[in-house]
Amino acid sequence: MWGVIRQKTQSIRPAFSAIRHFSSAAKEITVREALNTALDEEMSADPKVFLMGEEVGEYQGAYKISKGLLDKYGPDRVLDTPITEAGFAGIGVGAAYYGLRPVVEFMTFNFSMQAIDHIINSAAKSNYMSAGQISVPIVFRGPNGAAAGVGAQHSQCYASWYASCPGLKVLTPYSSEDARGLLKAAIRDPDPVVFLENELLYGESFPVSAEVLDSSFCLPIGKAKIEREGKDVTITAYSKMVGFALKAAEILAKEGISAEVINLRSIRPLDRSTINTSVRKTNRLVTVEEGFPQHGVGAEICTSVIEESFGYLDAPVERIAGADVPMPYAANLERMAVPQIEDIVRAAKRACHRSVPLVAAA
Amino acid sequence: MSFTATKFAPSPLPLSSTTPRSNDKPLSFSFDHSKANPSSSSFLGSTRKLLRFRAPAKPRSSSPVAAVLLQQTSNLLITKEEGLELYEDMILGRFFEDKCAEMYYRGKMFGFVHLYNGQEAVSTGFIKLLKKEDYVVSTYRDHVHALSKGVSSRAVMSELFGKATGCCRGQGGSMHMFSKEHNMLGGFAFIGEGIPVATGAAFSSKYRREVLNQADADQVTLAFFGDGTCNNGQFYECLNMAALWKLPIVFVVENNLWAIGMSHLRATSDPQIWKKGPAFGMPGVHVDGMDVLKVREVAKEAIGRARRGEGPTLVECETYRFRGHSLADPDELRDPAEKEYYAARDPITALKQYLAENNLASEQELKAIEKKIDEILDDAVEFADNSPLPPRSQLLENVFADPKGFGIGPDGKYRCEDPKFTEGTAQV
Repeated sequence: MWGVIRQKTQSIRPAFSAIRHFSSAAKEITVREALNTALDEEMSADPKVFLMGEEVGEYQGAYKISKGLLDKYGPDRVLDTPITEAGFAGIGVGAAYYGLRPVVEFMTFNFSMQAIDHIINSAAKSNYMSAGQISVPIVFRGPNGAAAGVGAQHSQCYASWYASCPGLKVLTPYSSEDARGLLKAAIRDPDPVVFLENELLYGESFPVSAEVLDSSFCLPIGKAKIEREGKDVTITAYSKMVGFALKAAEILAKEGISAEVINLRSIRPLDRSTINTSVRKTNRLVTVEEGFPQHGVGAEICTSVIEESFGYLDAPVERIAGADVPMPYAANLERMAVPQIEDIVRAAKRACHRSVPLVAAA
Repeated sequence: MSFTATKFAPSPLPLSSTTPRSNDKPLSFSFDHSKANPSSSSFLGSTRKLLRFRAPAKPRSSSPVAAVLLQQTSNLLITKEEGLELYEDMILGRFFEDKCAEMYYRGKMFGFVHLYNGQEAVSTGFIKLLKKEDYVVSTYRDHVHALSKGVSSRAVMSELFGKATGCCRGQGGSMHMFSKEHNMLGGFAFIGEGIPVATGAAFSSKYRREVLNQADADQVTLAFFGDGTCNNGQFYECLNMAALWKLPIVFVVENNLWAIGMSHLRATSDPQIWKKGPAFGMPGVHVDGMDVLKVREVAKEAIGRARRGEGPTLVECETYRFRGHSLADPDELRDPAEKEYYAARDPITALKQYLAENNLASEQELKAIEKKIDEILDDAVEFADNSPLPPRSQLLENVFADPKGFGIGPDGKYRCEDPKFTEGTAQV
């Protein structure tokens, strides 16, 4: 069960590339503020949007994402629910059937397991089963992925789980810009969206342009973002791992390797075009994810590249993922179980130099 | 929205046990309609403005447990030995959690740490009546249940430190205390998750006795969970099956009135949880969870019922946590008057008083117990501190009971046969 709102000591600094389309590093906001303002603006713009979940109201959100919204929109639109994921997720789906736009907060996505029937069977399939008569414009959002020191049940990534289900859109913001633009897109979208945030990023600050801060700002669903351009190796990542990949790219740059970092932003739909275009340029690919390796996001990306750009690959695809074990509690084991920056650096070097003999990875 | 606040108005929460004692202090919560803001919406969350803590004006004389089938026990008195045992267990629970807070702030433990302070009478009152073969299934607030069940302070403290000597070798952590030896079937981190597991443990006892003809399979399972869980479907599903199949289980609700920052009265249409027992055909009991002797009395009967094969019981223990939901909960929503009210009813103080008033223990004897527990905990911390971290190789262990599940390596052999696998240097 949820316990702590805490800032991780390890800081993930964004690296800035020239390709950012805004020039002046104007204002910085945290991911938490980005999510909060996005929710606020969408609720303000559309009275059909409401927020429900555990502790979203009086407690101001377990992670304070909904801070101030109860006071502003009242208890009719910011609903504290009992601890009944299956119940309130289903209620959200039913409300969406009939024209409302619910935003359902899971205190963490681990708890969405109790509601997965409604996410998969009620939300994702209704549009198809009803032959397009009933769409389900709902957002399921909350923190996802490895946290710190909370053991196996509270520390895992559900990106590939939900991304394997037709009918769902799965978004994974990294920066404040992502958080604002993608959450707004998710709320406006006519389909069910699984919106995977990361607890350890909530307190991170990122610079944002005036455009991002404008209430009309929105990002397209299904488009990846090239966070850093490069020519030697492509690194794909999402959520917190984008920060790690950018760090790795900095280290690699010092050693003369120019890495291109792709922030996937959307796991489903997956921006195969951006990934393949990049791989055709760099000829090497490293995929990074926090989740379990088998049947993961990296596996899907790898398949896409094999299918579309096989002839362009100069090295086997390298896949960095969480260890193939439930998350251990002990801090030293936990560190070994999640990807580290040095793992990415090592894999990129392997791809570039083939200096390490090929080991068949799991 | 046309919902009205009256829909959410509960009857006062009763607080009385099957056998009234002279120091009964009944309590009631009520909505204060006079303070309602007429302009505020009446939909769901709006009742927050109506909730006011009210200390009881006068004792209630009528027993609210009409549905209860428990027999009156004739004698409330415990023996000296029993009294000291209860006191020691409660002191262990309290001091252990205080030590956890200290160690957490010193950075020795991490993640989520949910402490049990204030609720000791429930763990002690129930678990100390169990046999070693009986099962306990707990929640994320599980340290003290494990201690009461007999898991050593060293093993629990070490687990919290993330050390190899912990009861789960550092793999489980604060919310996942398991001990097969003590039939502690785990702390479960999700709301409601433990209840079906506990019901399954009870099912296994019945199955062993009736299908496998193991006459001695008379284990009783205790499922501990909180008031928040009683709004979760798994609770109702399992009440039904447990009653349907007459399983040897006691559902112990530790109603501490708050699910993190959600008041029980704001979350539950009918806050009297014990009433849900009779709805499923099992006794429902409400007991003062701040009084270990009352808890013990009810527990004795419920456990006995289960052991005799007469089926499950639902026991609602009204209790209170003296700390926030976890060590990082700012705990801003609970009324100070409410906290004070319960602080004054500290279950340990109450037992101490009872022991003194009935000449069951001297001040020196109790002090000696406290000193002993202090020493046990100092030893546990020292032990945990000096214990080794789990070795790297441990990362790959225990994922499967048969490690061949890790699959076949490039050499065509099972990966677990690769020396690197046990060295912890295999690719994962």
